[in-house]
Amino acid sequence: MKQLIIVPAWNEAAAIGDTLTEIRAAVPQIDVLVVNDGSTDATAQIAKQAGAIVLHLPFNLGVGGAMRAGYEYALRHDYDQCIQVDADGQHDPVDIERVLAGLEEADISIGSRFEKRGDYKARGPRRWAMGLLAAIISKLAQIKLTDVTSGFRAGNRKAIAQYCRHFPSEYLGDTIDSLVMAIRTGLKVTQIPVAMRVRRAGVPSSNPLKSAVYLLRSMVTLCLALTKRPTKHS
Amino acid sequence: MRMIIFFCTITVLALVGIILLLRSGRLKEKYAILWAVVGLLCLILVAFPRALSWSASLVGIAVPSNLLFALAILLLLAICLQLSLEISGQEEKVRRLAEEVAILRAQIENGHGRPDEDRSEVIER
Repeated sequence: MKQLIIVPAWNEAAAIGDTLTEIRAAVPQIDVLVVNDGSTDATAQIAKQAGAIVLHLPFNLGVGGAMRAGYEYALRHDYDQCIQVDADGQHDPVDIERVLAGLEEADISIGSRFEKRGDYKARGPRRWAMGLLAAIISKLAQIKLTDVTSGFRAGNRKAIAQYCRHFPSEYLGDTIDSLVMAIRTGLKVTQIPVAMRVRRAGVPSSNPLKSAVYLLRSMVTLCLALTKRPTKHS
Repeated sequence: MRMIIFFCTITVLALVGIILLLRSGRLKEKYAILWAVVGLLCLILVAFPRALSWSASLVGIAVPSNLLFALAILLLLAICLQLSLEISGQEEKVRRLAEEVAILRAQIENGHGRPDEDRSEVIER
């Protein structure tokens, strides 16, 4: 079984070294691919020194673009399973194997932040937006999902192929859009509760206005994804 | 009469300009079509000014020039939309290329030290 950890990184020099060391310590047998999304700092060099395979995107494409490059790489190098992990260290590498294990019963396994483990809390409008999104997508997937915007996702061959067909680089395209399209093309989704940690670097954005904009944009993305014509299986 | 000749000359010059741009390959056919349509419409209107007042009364517009303005705005919007569509298409292609370049570069850089990989194989999609 060939497995790959995909870490999209854009100017994450402050955090990526520790994240990769932790991943190596937790799951030494799995290949690690860092997608350097046009970083202007030392992200790529640090990743290389840490022993990861590095994809250099010539300019910044956004998380969606970086992830699809990663999935393309996985497809071409014949990987059976992929898991995406954030470079900022908010996903605990200890959980990687548990999220991957979710693939035994589904095509996509989401490491979910809202179940009992961990102490991640979103408040106010942002929480409502996430709740609403989760409710709608749960209905679509016919399974209860609590954290559909989680970037801690694993996929099998079917999911990798689908992501290569549809993984928009737009806002929320990497989470909501790609997930909805995957469900609509018949992929099975499951979720695994994981602990979410504080970011190593950077500040999480949270103010009412931003949350309202988030709600609006996520709803637009969701509506578009629900009505888009699914890309045909080739 | 003098006015008609004046505007006819301008429109014909514009059309000739579009054709020259097409011939020299600086303007692609798919963009030229809309511009050619604009030019031809202008030519018709200039040659037969009656056509404007006639079509204005047909759609119920009292002042014929308003029809002209409305049509002009619609055509410009159509051209803008076409350009936006093209840009979106280009963006997607650039993205594909960026991904491709990144993957190829990684294959070259990791070509040695990874014996478990079949290097000659690139799966066509």
